[in-house]
Amino acid sequence: MEAMKETVEESLREMRDTFASGRTRSLKWRKRQIAAIYEMVKDNEDKLCSVLFQDLGKHSTEAFRDELGHVLRSATVAINCLDKWAVPKQSNLPLLFFPAKGKVISEPYGTVLVLSSWNFPISLSLDPLIGAIAAGNTVLLKSSELSPNASAFLAKTIPAYLDNKAIKVIEGGPDVATILLQHQWDKIFFTGSPKIGRIIMAAAAQHLTPVTLELGGKCPTIVDYPTISKNIKSVVKRITGGKWGSCSGQACISVDYVLIEKSFASSLIDMLKPLIRSFFGDNPKESGCLSRIVSKQHVQRLSRLLNDPRVQASIVYGGSIDEENLYVEPTILLDPPLDSEIMNEEIFGPILPIITVRDIQDSIGIIKSKAKPLAIYAFTNDENLKTRILSETSSGSVTFNDVMIQYMCDALPFGGVGESGIGRYHGKYSFDCFSHEKAIMEGSLAMDLEARYPPWNSFKLSFIRLAFSEAYFKLLLLMLGLKRST
Amino acid sequence: MAATAKKVFGAAEASDLVNELRRSFDDGVTRGYDWRITQLKKLLVICDNHEHDIVEALRDDLGKPELESSVFEVALLRNSCKLALKQLKNWMAPDKAKTSLTTFPASAEIVSEPLGVVLVISAWNYPFLLSIDPVIGAISAGNAVVLKPSELAPASSALLAKLLEQYLDPSAVRVVEGNVNETTLLLDQKWDKIFYTGSSKIGRVIMTAAAKHLTPVVLELGGKSPVVVDSNTDLKVTVRRIIAGKWGCNNGQACVSPDYILTTKEFAPKLLDAMKHELETFYGKKPMDSKDMSRIVNSNHFDRLSKLLEEKEVSDKIVYGGDKDRENLKIAPTILLDVPLDSLIMSEEIFGPLLPIITLNNLEESFDVIHSRPKPLAAYLFTHNQKLKERFAMKVSAGGIVVNDIAVHLALHTLPFGGVGESGMGAYHGKFSFDAFSHKKAVLYRSLFGDAPVRYPPYSRGKLRLLKALVDSNIFNIFKVLLGLS
Repeated sequence: MEAMKETVEESLREMRDTFASGRTRSLKWRKRQIAAIYEMVKDNEDKLCSVLFQDLGKHSTEAFRDELGHVLRSATVAINCLDKWAVPKQSNLPLLFFPAKGKVISEPYGTVLVLSSWNFPISLSLDPLIGAIAAGNTVLLKSSELSPNASAFLAKTIPAYLDNKAIKVIEGGPDVATILLQHQWDKIFFTGSPKIGRIIMAAAAQHLTPVTLELGGKCPTIVDYPTISKNIKSVVKRITGGKWGSCSGQACISVDYVLIEKSFASSLIDMLKPLIRSFFGDNPKESGCLSRIVSKQHVQRLSRLLNDPRVQASIVYGGSIDEENLYVEPTILLDPPLDSEIMNEEIFGPILPIITVRDIQDSIGIIKSKAKPLAIYAFTNDENLKTRILSETSSGSVTFNDVMIQYMCDALPFGGVGESGIGRYHGKYSFDCFSHEKAIMEGSLAMDLEARYPPWNSFKLSFIRLAFSEAYFKLLLLMLGLKRST
Repeated sequence: MAATAKKVFGAAEASDLVNELRRSFDDGVTRGYDWRITQLKKLLVICDNHEHDIVEALRDDLGKPELESSVFEVALLRNSCKLALKQLKNWMAPDKAKTSLTTFPASAEIVSEPLGVVLVISAWNYPFLLSIDPVIGAISAGNAVVLKPSELAPASSALLAKLLEQYLDPSAVRVVEGNVNETTLLLDQKWDKIFYTGSSKIGRVIMTAAAKHLTPVVLELGGKSPVVVDSNTDLKVTVRRIIAGKWGCNNGQACVSPDYILTTKEFAPKLLDAMKHELETFYGKKPMDSKDMSRIVNSNHFDRLSKLLEEKEVSDKIVYGGDKDRENLKIAPTILLDVPLDSLIMSEEIFGPLLPIITLNNLEESFDVIHSRPKPLAAYLFTHNQKLKERFAMKVSAGGIVVNDIAVHLALHTLPFGGVGESGMGAYHGKFSFDAFSHKKAVLYRSLFGDAPVRYPPYSRGKLRLLKALVDSNIFNIFKVLLGLS
């Protein structure tokens, strides 16, 4: 650990020196680094797919769609837009301040820390990295020890492509994170659980370090069957793909549970079952298209959620667990009790509870009774329901008639609220996330108003009052002696 | 003579308060445009009808001159209310966001929603401005809000409690008076946002408490705001603005007060002479008798400031002023020349009427002096030199930069007002206040038509190729793949 402490201190020193040198301020430097990330991913696609398969059993198509493709796109957008993003924003100043000028400059925070997660170890590391670099920071990335092959890849390959006096990678678990958090950073970006998010924020508070916390929650999916029954096939495909097709439910924006009117539940389940089989075959474990559970601990956690006898009784599909092979079968539950553990913590696995309600409008009450999630999904064509969902619930985001896909829309901020997080990123929001918006105001030395200065008198008071209320005409009268000072 | 019994505010009361406000929020009391407008109008009425009471309370608490109270508290608040009233519809409207080919067909927008029940903790130096301005933001954004004014300005605190109770909707807006005990009890509760104005030391305490509930915070802190004075400037205007900004704004007790001056050895004598001359013009030969400056807020701060002056190697550097009157809590405008850089007065935020001038061999050195200290809330520069202005704006990291003036950026609602590093996180004023108290919810509307099988398992090479093309959003590639030409 001593060696690790020294490594961290040494790294911090070097990164701070690099930042002080001004090298990272150059837009050219930033674009070169981001282009290098792009090249790194393109050059190593096969290797990346391989490490993701080793860590999570991800199929290469899933790996590309969810991780590599996302990073490539993110890098492209950043390179294409950086010049625009970095332009200072001019502000209009009220006439009173004429001829003063105002603008806002985005400046890098300095040396930032990115702590990424194991479920999308490549994109959740490189995407924030792109944001940090785009904004002109030096950055240390600590990847998750639960995805060791991806972590090792990043630790070995990033130094080969990027400016390693400015961008560094450190591997390790909670003990390394603890050492890192003892130091002062100019910003911390964390992706992970709310429990650890609290620890991160408390540590950051010691140094008044601003944080972005991308956390999680139970993302509900409302299925308003009658209004979308014409397209039910698409609906079911999207839910199935969204739940099991992306890291086997281990995603912060995964469909956590479904809400549907009681009378339609069995129709939905009857469509889900064959679809799961068509996506993953009769033996999903062997399909190669279903990710593994990341670790034995998480298998045990999911097992425990299912072990509750009332939950066991609600299994209508799947339920088998192979701890040795880190496999949990795609499982569907029908109405597990709302007070069971599985309905009160983020599932983060391939188990899908279907909760029935008497009236689809009741789903809103259930959603509101839980912590604010990262995403709410609703399949409906009922405009009233859409309005109610938008105005009565709160979540990081809301997606109508699809799942997960808001992640790919880089014009939309990606982040949580309440338990699901603080701050946001993607697209320009990534740039902003790692920037301090510095206000610059330039006054003129030429025009000076006596009324600004003591000693005070009633004329000056009237003058300033009128000036503030921008009553320019009255002000003029005052100055011309045509209005009495009060 | 009966004194009204002070209501006990214990843990139960704190919890009940939050629950009550949460019920109001959940019932939708604060969400509607009309409610927000009504509250804002009432705040405007308070400014219009109670200016006299406010001026009196500020005179009691701080000995603040009427002009300062009218201008820097009431007038600024009035403008803030009027701006919110005028712009609220605009601010509340969703922003459209651009979607890309990957999410086509879709439309996207960003909806501003209130965070819920928020806590505003304000400071003693501008007790009305720093209480009501954030409350304007909280209400505009549709939140329920609890205000905890500073006990160090007791008359203002009592008046705020009385006026807000009298005019605003008590089911959603409340004031809790008290000291650290009441503040601690409030901080134990779960808030949806905490807005704090005060010291960096307490800022840490606030953020640590907020971390327990993952509550986002805005911390408006302070720091040593430096003033760099170039010989190439209009000396008279420069000096008048520095004096008005320092002693004319609550006698140096302001978060953006010019804390210390940096200038060349060559220019310092001229600067000092000009300052002495203008100080006499503003405050007369006996500044201790001048009614145009606030007093020191209390004996604790008086003693703190005395200690700064009494330090060895500092006391002999006083070149103007230095008179003290503990009974009346007055310290004369005091200038010091070349105190040691490691003295107390150069290490902590002065927050009083003492102004050290540090002389350098050349102005370049000022960048190092500033850089070696924590990032301040504001940094000032007086010069005609365009290149120097640009370098200063780029190189100096502070909450905000003002060239050729002092503190006026506070009055500009088009510039974000906030700190960085030790001087804080988050920003407000104008629309930035509305945004500070809002969650920007991303909303994606997708169509159920047009589904790409490429999204779903079982995965194949063809699907992978198509995905890659989609990610590039290159329409030609996509057609090539679809037509089997790739």
